[in-house]
Amino acid sequence: MSPHSITTHDHYLNAGYGPRSWLLTTDHKRIAILYMLSITFFFFVGGFFAFLMRLELLTPNGDLVSAETYNKLFSMHGITMVWFFLIPSIPSVLGNFLVPMMVGARDVAFPRLNLLSWYIYVVGGLFTLGAMIFGGVDTGWTFYTPFSSTYAHSNVIPVVIGIFILGFSSILTALNFIVTIHTMRAPGLTWFRLPLFIWAMYATSIILVLATPVLAITLAMLGVERIFGVGIFDPALGGDPLLFQHLFWFYSHPAVYIMILPAMGVVSELITCFARKKVFGYRFMAYSLLAIASVGFLVWGHHMFVSGQSAYAGMVFSALSFIVAVPSAVKVFNWAATLYKGTIAYHTPVLYGFGFIGLFTIGGLTGLFLATLALDVHVHDTYFVIAHFHYIMVGGAVMGYLGGIHYWWPKMTGRMYPEGWAKFAALVLFVGFNLTFFPQFILGYLGMPRRYHVYPPEFQVLNVLSTAGATILGIGYLIPFIYLIWSLRHGKNAGPNPWRSTGLEWRTPSPPPVHNFDEIPVVTTEPYTYVAEEEQRE
Amino acid sequence: MNGLPLFPRAASTIAPGVDALFTGLMVMTIVFSGLIFFAIAFFAIRYREGSKANRDNPRSESLPLELTWMLVPLGISFGFYFWGTTLFTRMHVAPPGAVDIYVVGKQWMWKIQHQQGNREINELHVPLGRPVRLIMTSQDVIHSFFIPAFRIKQDVLPGRYTTEWFQATQPGEYHFFCSQFCGTSHASMRGRVVVMEQAAYERWLAGATPGAPMATQGEELFERFGCATCHRANNTGRGPTLAGVANSTVELEGGGTAVADREYLRQSILDPAAKVVRGYKPVMPVFRGQLTPDQVAQLVEYIRSLGGPRVAAKGGAQ
Amino acid sequence: MSENRALVAHQFDTAAQQRGAATLGMWIFLATEVLFFGGMLMAYTVYRVTEGEAFAHASRAQNILLGGINTAVLLTSSLTMALAVHAAQGGRRTRSVMMLASTMALGALFLGVKGVEYAEKFAEHLVPGVDFHWAGPDAGGAQIYFILYFLLTGFHALHLAIGIGVIAVLTARAARGRYSAAYSTPVEVAGLYWHFVDIVWIFLYPLIYLIRVYR
Repeated sequence: MSPHSITTHDHYLNAGYGPRSWLLTTDHKRIAILYMLSITFFFFVGGFFAFLMRLELLTPNGDLVSAETYNKLFSMHGITMVWFFLIPSIPSVLGNFLVPMMVGARDVAFPRLNLLSWYIYVVGGLFTLGAMIFGGVDTGWTFYTPFSSTYAHSNVIPVVIGIFILGFSSILTALNFIVTIHTMRAPGLTWFRLPLFIWAMYATSIILVLATPVLAITLAMLGVERIFGVGIFDPALGGDPLLFQHLFWFYSHPAVYIMILPAMGVVSELITCFARKKVFGYRFMAYSLLAIASVGFLVWGHHMFVSGQSAYAGMVFSALSFIVAVPSAVKVFNWAATLYKGTIAYHTPVLYGFGFIGLFTIGGLTGLFLATLALDVHVHDTYFVIAHFHYIMVGGAVMGYLGGIHYWWPKMTGRMYPEGWAKFAALVLFVGFNLTFFPQFILGYLGMPRRYHVYPPEFQVLNVLSTAGATILGIGYLIPFIYLIWSLRHGKNAGPNPWRSTGLEWRTPSPPPVHNFDEIPVVTTEPYTYVAEEEQRE
Repeated sequence: MNGLPLFPRAASTIAPGVDALFTGLMVMTIVFSGLIFFAIAFFAIRYREGSKANRDNPRSESLPLELTWMLVPLGISFGFYFWGTTLFTRMHVAPPGAVDIYVVGKQWMWKIQHQQGNREINELHVPLGRPVRLIMTSQDVIHSFFIPAFRIKQDVLPGRYTTEWFQATQPGEYHFFCSQFCGTSHASMRGRVVVMEQAAYERWLAGATPGAPMATQGEELFERFGCATCHRANNTGRGPTLAGVANSTVELEGGGTAVADREYLRQSILDPAAKVVRGYKPVMPVFRGQLTPDQVAQLVEYIRSLGGPRVAAKGGAQ
Repeated sequence: MSENRALVAHQFDTAAQQRGAATLGMWIFLATEVLFFGGMLMAYTVYRVTEGEAFAHASRAQNILLGGINTAVLLTSSLTMALAVHAAQGGRRTRSVMMLASTMALGALFLGVKGVEYAEKFAEHLVPGVDFHWAGPDAGGAQIYFILYFLLTGFHALHLAIGIGVIAVLTARAARGRYSAAYSTPVEVAGLYWHFVDIVWIFLYPLIYLIRVYR
């Protein structure tokens, strides 16, 4: 035992050592850690691709990599980040760790299925990574036909197989969460006493379960077309390329809600804990998650306004896309209202929470630009779109993920991270992020198309700013990577509840024991009963 | 480094409208983000730990507030939706009297064909102050024809025509880009639109390698590929007469009707069994693979030059 | 080994909770399958509308008799499966084993008939991408019809084969007396899955085979 070992109780991390105890675990907490390691690996892989892209874009000419290589870089960046980082991130790491604990259960409903989910993720990831290393894929993460089915010369089939495999991991994790939340809540834990993180996991899981199979069959049909040379989506053989786009986006639009709803759940936990106040509008917050999940299935055509889709379809999708923005707006207002008359402490997790709210607001509002038919015609397939979705995915989802990691790090590891470095890193990330992506809004409106590695010289200054930002952003991500690992040995002892949070997960030691609770708690109140705590203390 | 442009030139009739919409949305975004940022900063400071602010009776729900901040965004959305949709309908349909220019996208270049016969590669000469409609198709994968200064864009698909239109308001040269990823040299698949005063444009049309007008070339193809064998006058052949068919409503075998627009004519050449005219047999050879998109466009222009639409639809062999 | 007591996994409090969780889990899985087949059926529907003539012509190549036999076989197998579930719940070992085995046999018969059908298609050069030759004018639409035919029935057959595998395991366990009134959940959820596979076929048969009957 190192002199820095601080825990004296049995917990899930010291309940067995060695590879077998990890690779054959069915403990949801260990599985969460396995996921955390895997997705972090893929995050840096995807980030590396992005870094090379931004380096190339420093100059208007193609001087760093060939056109083909660049096309592979942006494709692999998208595929890696969407499927192997963002979609699993909060659900498979924080969700796996916390869902059973937050509902007062000993594990998820199907622990062995949970482990299988991770293995499927790893197999899919390695398959795809292999395909990327041995040739790469250059179709974009969107795989539009007939380019991907007939014309591309890259490793489309292996990558598609890898993503298909990964889909099962998503589905099984979501299935586990839905069943756990429905059937394993602690006594007294009614639906409207659940923390909003659980509502967010639930809504996300519904989307995962219903949308992912459509991706699976779409990719399967794409694969069949490519391998057998048949014409489901290729007009030269009698097929319809727009059918591919409809099927693809039917999944991929809800997919973006898969990526953001969990972060919204995290933010609700952060704001309430660090404002020491009940969330404002709990039921509206819960319902808005469900509304985003359901209406989110109806808007996919806004990716296809200039695709050759009928103008009338465009009008319907545009209207629905405006409507889906409303529940998100409701959430932002409720978070702000939660701060009113709170008692706010500026710890790192809530700084990420504030960053999320600000950047998500900008990202979300720029989504309205894209939902507007006449405007989307101009900015579709330009850097405006790239800026929009990175504001949501990085400014939103990744900040939500980092906020959650910092918030629950003490619970997961028993250690505190160094607060000074953490705040510094959050600031570096915020600055780096905005410098990277704000210029891209301007570039997009100017007309710089996306997926371009060479561009007219007048776009250079903005590209240079963006690359500078990306460098800062990259450094910003390395800092937590380093100090979080450092904290495992040298971090202060966290204790069971360093944040004095009201969640059930904090009523256990840190790290928690294998079985989570010695006695399953009985729940008698709504969540976030912070005022009551203060009064009790007086 | 070439300066720091922050806003694109507006060089079409529709551009100012799009820019106004953009500005409106920007103002709304700044106002609402500002509101949120201010509220959060204000609350975060005023109610920070240790401050002496009044925290009595904190609320955690308010139906009036929830309804307000649902209905206000919904109303604002409604407004922008209508603004954007009405502008879009104007953008979508070309006004009458538009100059038609055919565009074929292929990996990785753009081939332009003017009705008068002029051909260009990666350049598009257009007249100032007149509506121009681009009739576009792809020879391979999906491309997209994007002219930022005109604020227009339309995907270019294999297997069908898509169209977009503009009316240029300032002479000059403007970028056009392929804006749908199409393979290796997607980023190089760009060129320039050259907007010329009417007189200069006429001179250009007459001067630059003219070639025969598209309709004339189409007539030559019509003879060469044997179309004339079946498509005779007065419905005496195995195929319907094409004089006057353009934009007529034709009755189809199996029920239903179709308007003989460009897309119908194109499809009838490349995939004749799809929409056979009532009373005729599906015996027309398939010309897909035998004709390039340029040639198809010439045939379409030839058929259109035969006049139409007819007042009464005539179908059926006699 | 008497199995009158249910084996309750550590994460559950009661056998009833475990059973409820397993059943809900299977229903959710079936929902994913609905969306999976739904995507293909959506593609089918789109082309059925736009290539109606071609689809009608192409469907004439289908062997309605074999398809009809398979429908009867599968429906009967759902009956035997339901009876198997009932027997398992009643702890009736022999009967449950017989019913499970019958279900497997009927499933295997379905696959055999399917194999005959596929062989017919190969013989008639109706396998897009491998050996396809269509004499009519609507070759494009016919090709799409047959590709979707193979995809839909192929994935269905795959799901059926997996189902047979699962039932094989259940049969072995039932033979060892594993299931009783206290614990028959695996048979129940397998039954749900099997009925689902049957229902998918009920959709596929009229959509694919019977076009000429109603058009």
